[in-house]
Amino acid sequence: MDMNQYLDIFVDESREHLQDLNSSLLELEKDPSDKNVLNEIFRVAHTLKGMSGTMGFARMQRLTHHMEDVLDAMRNDRISATSDIVDILFKCLDALENYVNTVSSTGDEGNEEYGDIVDALADILNKAGVQSKATNSPVTKASSGNGTSDNKPESSVEGTKLLEFNQYDIDIMKKGFEAGMNIFQIHVELDRGCLLKAARAFIVFQLIEKNSDIIKSVPSAEDIEDEKFDFEFTVVVITSNGKEFFEKEINSIAEITGVEVTPITPEMIGISNEEHQGNAIESSNTAHVAEEPGEQAEHQEHKKAHRTGKTVRVDIDRLDVLMNLVSELIIIKNGLENQMNSKDNSAWNESIEYLERVTTNLHDAVMKVRMVPVEAVFNRFPRMIRDIARELDKDIELRMSGEDTELDRTVIDEIGDPLIHLLRNSADHGIETREERARLNKPRVGTIYLRAYQDGNHVVIEVEDDGRGIDIDKIRKKIVERGLETPEIVGTLSEKELIEYLFKPNFSTADKVTDLSGRGVGLDVVKTKIEALGGTVEVETKRGAGTKFIIRLPLTLAIIQALLVRIGSEKYALPLSSIREIDNIKFSNVKMIRNREVVILRDMVIPLVRLNEVLGIRDAIPDEKKKHLTVVVVKKGDKLTAFSVDSLIGQQEIVIKSLGKIMQGVKYIAGATILGDGNVALIIDSNALAL
Amino acid sequence: MVSQISEKESNKYVVFQIGDQEFGVDIHKVSIIEKYMNITRVPNTPDYIKGVVNLRGEIIPVMDLRTKFGLPEKVPDEETRIIMLKINDITLGVIVDSVAEVVDFTEEEMGSITSITNDRSMDYVVGIGRIGDRLITVLNIEKLISELTEREQGV
Repeated sequence: MDMNQYLDIFVDESREHLQDLNSSLLELEKDPSDKNVLNEIFRVAHTLKGMSGTMGFARMQRLTHHMEDVLDAMRNDRISATSDIVDILFKCLDALENYVNTVSSTGDEGNEEYGDIVDALADILNKAGVQSKATNSPVTKASSGNGTSDNKPESSVEGTKLLEFNQYDIDIMKKGFEAGMNIFQIHVELDRGCLLKAARAFIVFQLIEKNSDIIKSVPSAEDIEDEKFDFEFTVVVITSNGKEFFEKEINSIAEITGVEVTPITPEMIGISNEEHQGNAIESSNTAHVAEEPGEQAEHQEHKKAHRTGKTVRVDIDRLDVLMNLVSELIIIKNGLENQMNSKDNSAWNESIEYLERVTTNLHDAVMKVRMVPVEAVFNRFPRMIRDIARELDKDIELRMSGEDTELDRTVIDEIGDPLIHLLRNSADHGIETREERARLNKPRVGTIYLRAYQDGNHVVIEVEDDGRGIDIDKIRKKIVERGLETPEIVGTLSEKELIEYLFKPNFSTADKVTDLSGRGVGLDVVKTKIEALGGTVEVETKRGAGTKFIIRLPLTLAIIQALLVRIGSEKYALPLSSIREIDNIKFSNVKMIRNREVVILRDMVIPLVRLNEVLGIRDAIPDEKKKHLTVVVVKKGDKLTAFSVDSLIGQQEIVIKSLGKIMQGVKYIAGATILGDGNVALIIDSNALAL
Repeated sequence: MVSQISEKESNKYVVFQIGDQEFGVDIHKVSIIEKYMNITRVPNTPDYIKGVVNLRGEIIPVMDLRTKFGLPEKVPDEETRIIMLKINDITLGVIVDSVAEVVDFTEEEMGSITSITNDRSMDYVVGIGRIGDRLITVLNIEKLISELTEREQGV
């Protein structure tokens, strides 16, 4: 239906352009005289204007239009880029981002006008004595309320409004024209007293369908069936019959008050002048906005129902690799079919080996398709740090590296918030005020480093600042103050153990609470989130020299190495990444300490979790029937926990499947996987189970 | 598409048996009916959740309607079926004793429930369909499913 199929593309592309706009604006702020940057900004604003116009987002178009005017004046040296102007342009950027987000979630641009920003832009021009082009644009006139109908251009000769056609409709019509068929828009009005209007409409539909192909119907056929229409509807048909034929036939049906058959010509739907995308479509779109209220409401409903899905933009080369691998699979399949009849075992084995190679490559290739550079998350940070620095009145520079490091899309979506927390933390708590830095003989500008790099099967992201570092003594004091531990115990804790307290809920060492941080909400959220992603967070800090947060994340969440274990008659998978070792423990080394079962392994005392108990497995093998206790030792941070199992099945690469909406959040279960025999095995959430 | 107009008032229902009672579900909400298959138990879930199954690569939770309605459990046999119900992208399998047929009810044939009983299954009933002297209890699938998702989110 209408523009919905383009919404995803629109959102994706707009986000890309907004990102360009963001980095260009940051550059412009550094060097206001740079003409290249200005041109780039102008280009982006112009493109966004065209795109939003095409999609019929009049408010967004209006805003970009005003931006364009100001930028044009700047380009022509009629206005110079002051920090005030750049600030307003940043506000425009935020507003545009809001529009795009609204479009992404609701399918419509929403009702926010951002009048203040538009006024500010107009003000800039007025002050400089530049006449704004935008004030003459039809969009501006029509921008408030639904007054759009006043100036809609009449599209057809007889004053009938043409329906809105999407590319698909136009393609069909093009084919119709090529085949020498007639295309009509038929508007049918039913008698107001008509009782069964759906049935009446059905009769008309049947008649039309018998004599033509219906390519479009407004409201849709389903809505008409459900009587979701007033007393009129419009269809577009391809037919070999003439205009008079339809007029006569439809009029012969009872309870029809009006039939209007409008021939559609190629020119009317713009087949011959597709080139003039920008302005032509802009104006025709404002016209469509103004179709009958009922129709518009129907459109809105459609749009509301639409939510843009998760998409990954994929390099075409990667898709080619996939395609090749799939064709290889087909070749192998054919080969195997041929060998079915022969008794040649070696050829069979060869094919199986070949198949194995191809599936491994296919797996790699598919994984790569899911990979997205971390840039997708990083690119919003320079702007964020700029704003924070202004707010805190500090000089902060953000240095990023390794933006092209790739992570699975699912991970990318999740790490944004934790990173924002850490960066804000560094800017607020880490970096000192100007005076303090001057006193300490540190460089005036504080630096925050954001680095990403791959390390084996992990991606490491570091957030480092050259600020004051974490005050360990303050943590000690705070622990005692909060009554978390006695002073004696605090005295025995290592620096690392003390820092761990920072990740506890509601623990903040900040003296004053600012808007940004210090409420003690944050680090615990960061840790929870990262661990939920199968990652870890570490902290390195040096008093007076700075703090470094190190986040390690698995490359992908979809496929992991796992250890399959058997408990009773059930099979479970444990993520290999969390397993430290597997041991057979003599029962003499299973003890009770403080009412808790522990195992003694070498010189370590490790708490024991009996999986059969926490997972409610009734047919697990009792201890009496076992020679020793098989335990899988998992690590969570620095701590170890031993899980008891009945037996080990082996190591296997498993594909993680979600348990779905109904089962998500089941205690101790992280997901499920499908085993070679088609049965389902659950994946144990070792982080949740570890003590 | 248009041809459905004339049938608008009557709906098709899949009829299945649990014990000696006959139930119906709107056919539009049934995605597929499977024979009984291996179910993997999921710990820490209510007893009427039997576990999950692998339905062509998708993990689908399965509920035992017998347990849910407070009836004794029954060993699955040749007749046992899992009806996969789908509403708003959420799929739930329900175990039933057997699936009988597909029937049509018109609105008039669907009486609403007037008698209040203590039967737990009555909480999930939208109406009772009558075919000859058979009474078919039409279940409220939305309620069954939304209850489950809400329960999980509440945890």
